[in-house]
Amino acid sequence: MTIPDVNWTSIGTELILISTAVLVIFFDLVVKDKKKDSLGYLTVLGMLGALVFAMTDKEGTAIAFGGMITNDSFTQFLTVLIVGVAIIVTLMSMQSLREGSMDVGGYHTLVLLATVGMLLMVKGLDLIIIFLGLETLSIAIYVLAGYRKGAEQSAEAAFKYFLLGAFAAAFLLYGIALIYGATGTTRIEGIAQYIALKNLGTNPLLLLGVGLLLVGLGFKLALVPFHSWTPDVYEGAPTAITAFMAVGVKAAAFAAFVRIFGGALPLIAFQWKDVLWMLAVITMTVGNVVALSQTNIKRMLAYSSIAHAGYILVGIIAGGSVGWSAVLYYLGAYAFMNLGAFGIVVFYGYKQEANVEIADYAGLGFRYPFLGAAMAIFLFSLAGIPPLAGFMGKFYIFSAAIKSGYIWLTIIGVMNSLVSVFYYFRVTVIMYMKEPIKEVVLNYSLPITIVLIIALVGTIQMGIAPNFYLERALDSIKWLIG
Amino acid sequence: MIPLSHFLGLSVILFTIGVLGVVIRRNAIVIFMCIELMLNAVNLSFVAIARSLSSLDGQVIVLLVMTVAAAEAAVGLAIIISIFRTKGTINVDEINLLKW
Repeated sequence: MTIPDVNWTSIGTELILISTAVLVIFFDLVVKDKKKDSLGYLTVLGMLGALVFAMTDKEGTAIAFGGMITNDSFTQFLTVLIVGVAIIVTLMSMQSLREGSMDVGGYHTLVLLATVGMLLMVKGLDLIIIFLGLETLSIAIYVLAGYRKGAEQSAEAAFKYFLLGAFAAAFLLYGIALIYGATGTTRIEGIAQYIALKNLGTNPLLLLGVGLLLVGLGFKLALVPFHSWTPDVYEGAPTAITAFMAVGVKAAAFAAFVRIFGGALPLIAFQWKDVLWMLAVITMTVGNVVALSQTNIKRMLAYSSIAHAGYILVGIIAGGSVGWSAVLYYLGAYAFMNLGAFGIVVFYGYKQEANVEIADYAGLGFRYPFLGAAMAIFLFSLAGIPPLAGFMGKFYIFSAAIKSGYIWLTIIGVMNSLVSVFYYFRVTVIMYMKEPIKEVVLNYSLPITIVLIIALVGTIQMGIAPNFYLERALDSIKWLIG
Repeated sequence: MIPLSHFLGLSVILFTIGVLGVVIRRNAIVIFMCIELMLNAVNLSFVAIARSLSSLDGQVIVLLVMTVAAAEAAVGLAIIISIFRTKGTINVDEINLLKW
């Protein structure tokens, strides 16, 4: 029996985030109520430290903890993305935390711990690490979803998310157990080797396990038909946490999805690709069609995020270097534009989540020209209008699908994209063409301004100069191509 | 020695009872107990598979899963208490402020 290699630097990012969380808990006790803002800045500082660490860590394919954790370029790409999302979410929530009556220290701590869970999901080379990461992030987010004090919707959102999340986690775990039974291991690499060795393409135990795994992950990714919780939870949770769920959790879950389906199960792709094809089609269609009839902007963005998960699934089905890198590129583009849109929803509904009906946005365009223009850019990007990030993302995804011969899937995807233009434009039309129905007074604060500027720059830059991001995305999926 | 298929069969039965409970019962606490039952069904199959493969991995996984279940129970019961405080009920049919 040998003691496995422990390589602490490989989890340096997580260690920094956890120590920041502990510091925040401590300072929460010491700092006076009026100065709680400093906790937010401390959190951002810790996350920036983690971000710098993740960017400068050049160890490449370091394997640590006896092969349980990896730090390859795929992980690094997603670590930077997820920590970046966490920074923006923290900045976004600072103003509403000051104005609301929420417990500031606990909020930041939970965001930090949820981020650690996401990073573990990305780093795990073993199904159990992925499961533990998923649970770490889920448990933190169950609490965060119910964080609006006294708001019945928020408590209800936490309740629904918890019951359905725990239910889905049990399916995921059963899937892992069956895969363990069929292959004798839970290691990503070991599973792939065993399938190749024994030619397990039609082994019922393995296929059942993969199916249950798909149910569990599909729940976290809000794929139709496992999406019923999404609109309710997105509507009830604090808006910044909704953004965190829509972008951060999705990025982490898609990373785990790519790791498992691309890394462990490529040899039985002929079994899961058809299932994913159907899931992608119904996810895109249901998301977009139901979004048309929404009157609440958070619910509309919830359905839009369901539809976007469908587009990303198209990239996974296409596979190959173009498809996988398009998935990563899309996750980045989606992060910028969606965080921007949610940032404006947070800002516009400054106190106690007011102004979340789409009708409340009437007249925003001329009363707050910068805010209106920014919202219009984010919505155009989500709709896929060139030359913005969302357009390039969809372009890469659909060209990958055509290259792999999925013509019908591409046609359905593009038609869906056309449908989505309608509901994104409706908000813009209301912003610019309708008289305001009520007076809303907004004060720009530093954190929210930073959020909007970062999101704007990212959305425009990823559309005009995509090469920088695309090269990194291509670099990080080398291990999948082999 | 009891063959592996017996253990897996029992695990499937327990898991199915858990799923049916979640779908049919309306009391949040009972639903939560059914979810725990599902997790324990999974634990049973992990232990059984680990024994038949004579590998330790499955046994260790069960310890981790029990830890996760405990953490989940702590948070879950707190959430159920908070919904009881705001609504006065834990019947899932009456918790319908947000449309499903």
